[in-house]
Amino acid sequence: MWGTLEFEGISKKFGDVQALDQVSFSINKGEFFSLLGSSGCGKTTLLRLVAGFEQPDAGRILLDGQDITHLPPNKRPVNTVFQNYALFPHLSVWENIAFGLRVAKRSRLEIKQEVEKMLYLMQLEDQAHKMPDEISGGQKQRVAIARALVNKPRVLLLDEPLSALDLKLRQKMLLELDLIHDEVGITFLFVTHDQSEAMAVSDRIAVMHHGKIEQIGTPIELYETPRSSFVAAFIGDTNFFDGTVTETVSNESLLKQTCVSEEASKAINDYSKLTVEGLHPILCFNDKKLSNGELVHLSVRPEKIQISREKPDFHPKHNLFSGIVDDIVYKGDHTKFWVRVDDYRITISQQHRSFLLDQKPIRWKEPVWIWWHADDGFMLERYLESDEQLTQLPPEKIGGDAHEHQEGG
Amino acid sequence: MKKQTLREWLLTAPSFIWLVFFFLIPTLIIYAFALRPADFYGGVKEGWSLDAFRSLARPNYFTILWRTLFLSFATTLISLMIALPVGYYIARCKKSTQNLLLLLVVLPFWSSFIVRIYAWKSLLHPEGFVKQLLVHLHIISEETMLLYQLETVLLVMVYSYLPFAILPIYAAASKFNPQLFEAAKDLGMSRPQTFLKVFIPGIRKGIVTAIIMVFIPAVGAYVIPDLVGGPKTEMIGNKIVQKTFIDRNLPEASALSALLSVAVVIPIAALSYFQFYSERKQRTVKKRKSA
Repeated sequence: MWGTLEFEGISKKFGDVQALDQVSFSINKGEFFSLLGSSGCGKTTLLRLVAGFEQPDAGRILLDGQDITHLPPNKRPVNTVFQNYALFPHLSVWENIAFGLRVAKRSRLEIKQEVEKMLYLMQLEDQAHKMPDEISGGQKQRVAIARALVNKPRVLLLDEPLSALDLKLRQKMLLELDLIHDEVGITFLFVTHDQSEAMAVSDRIAVMHHGKIEQIGTPIELYETPRSSFVAAFIGDTNFFDGTVTETVSNESLLKQTCVSEEASKAINDYSKLTVEGLHPILCFNDKKLSNGELVHLSVRPEKIQISREKPDFHPKHNLFSGIVDDIVYKGDHTKFWVRVDDYRITISQQHRSFLLDQKPIRWKEPVWIWWHADDGFMLERYLESDEQLTQLPPEKIGGDAHEHQEGG
Repeated sequence: MKKQTLREWLLTAPSFIWLVFFFLIPTLIIYAFALRPADFYGGVKEGWSLDAFRSLARPNYFTILWRTLFLSFATTLISLMIALPVGYYIARCKKSTQNLLLLLVVLPFWSSFIVRIYAWKSLLHPEGFVKQLLVHLHIISEETMLLYQLETVLLVMVYSYLPFAILPIYAAASKFNPQLFEAAKDLGMSRPQTFLKVFIPGIRKGIVTAIIMVFIPAVGAYVIPDLVGGPKTEMIGNKIVQKTFIDRNLPEASALSALLSVAVVIPIAALSYFQFYSERKQRTVKKRKSA
């Protein structure tokens, strides 16, 4: 089977803007690979380079070992699903799907068989002889995918294919896309700015930022072990703490403090105590093997933090703080709390697993206890203060917030 | 449903009444004039006569009619061939360049039509600039006559009516989704194929408008063949002018006009029938296949 794609030191400039900066990575055959990033991060440019609509200033693109960097788009064994579908308005659904096969001068019988197979796969049989302006957005989407897939490309390029659909349809199409991928087994290169889309369907994701790859990994890797503050804040939500390592503590010494028996698998690794300005020390699992005096940026996911009105039992590996509830947003399946602990506002997400009306919910301005396990904080390799704007803090006063995200493109 | 029909009627009534009063009735008056005997003083007399139509049966009229249609078709075709790439190019330029280029396209309209034709006359004149240049470059000999030829008329007609072809094609091309080019290339099409099989069908309406906008004035042209043409380039327009102002024979001029209007209506009717038919065919094919 075909479909291995390699990027070697790809750079591309548009005027003064460095759209791509020395990008190198590879995509395995049959993989559902996503390029994720906000608008202007270079993800669409990268896709257009694969399609052949743009030429890189430097670097090579290899498809199954063959250099395709300078091949024209019509000579590449890849096909694109465009953002606004780009269906040919003068051709029926049937003819749109048959387009590539006709250009390739395939036999009539073959075209008919292949198109009908695609119509069946996409459940478009009833729409076959309608014109593109007579079908719904979701159907157009399926025609666009069928039109590309019918050519049996080695890589299917999807350029924000769901962004023109409304939310419900988008979620439905996303699952369909996943099914189609399982069905055809072709390599999918999916460009999106929506992290939940990428997380839901991808085998691996490359998070892009300012023309560079921030991190490549499976959705779980990206979520649990973000390397930079950008990835931590862009994928999901998080709390940042920065501090200095003041003490390293071994696992055994922590276990001695309690009768709780834990497996000693982490014995070789140490925990470190961090001093954080404006908070009492935080205990954190030291997977980066940092020594005393080193600077640490910590990311703690909101759902890993517990919140309660009553003080919990002591646990040597728990970081426990008391604070005041600043803001509450109820979302049905979970509630978001923003708790003020000294100078920090900490985001907490509490899942509801039992009937909520039986409980006495935590109210605004109530004093609470919050805690998280030392293993649940993750040390970042790179940290930029501006990335804090990507986290979802509620404004402190009306109109007094600078994080207005820009969506699209 | 009934309310809808009434609404449609009310909305179309003003333009319909306008067309009846200022197009249909004048045309019918001209047809009526063609059926009257000629008045010695340049008007029409009472009574009915087919003399004017009988006068059309001269062999040189058929030559002229043929020439008129040939020149008009040729003008339309050449204008279209030029307007397609030009309109496409302008539509793909950035906005500021677009405005400049469009200004250049319509700029000739700021000077008088007659003056512009005279300018051609002086350019192509035996002692004119173009003639001298071409002789100098040994492209033509001293004896070659640039003016007063059929080709001269064609050249100046294309020059005059080209903007009428460029503007509608530009308008259609600027509404054309440029992503379709990429889609076509992505699906394996070469550049020329994309132009022919995706772009041209995509701007079909603009092309039809351009054809009508060029063909109609071309068929009625008389100033151009009069100024840059010779006796062998006469068009029906010239004959109408001659009959009206020199021979002062209104019925014969009207009969020629009637002939001209029939000559214009037939290709347009054919064109619109073709369009209607192709749409209907598409619809019935769809119905048949979905049934």
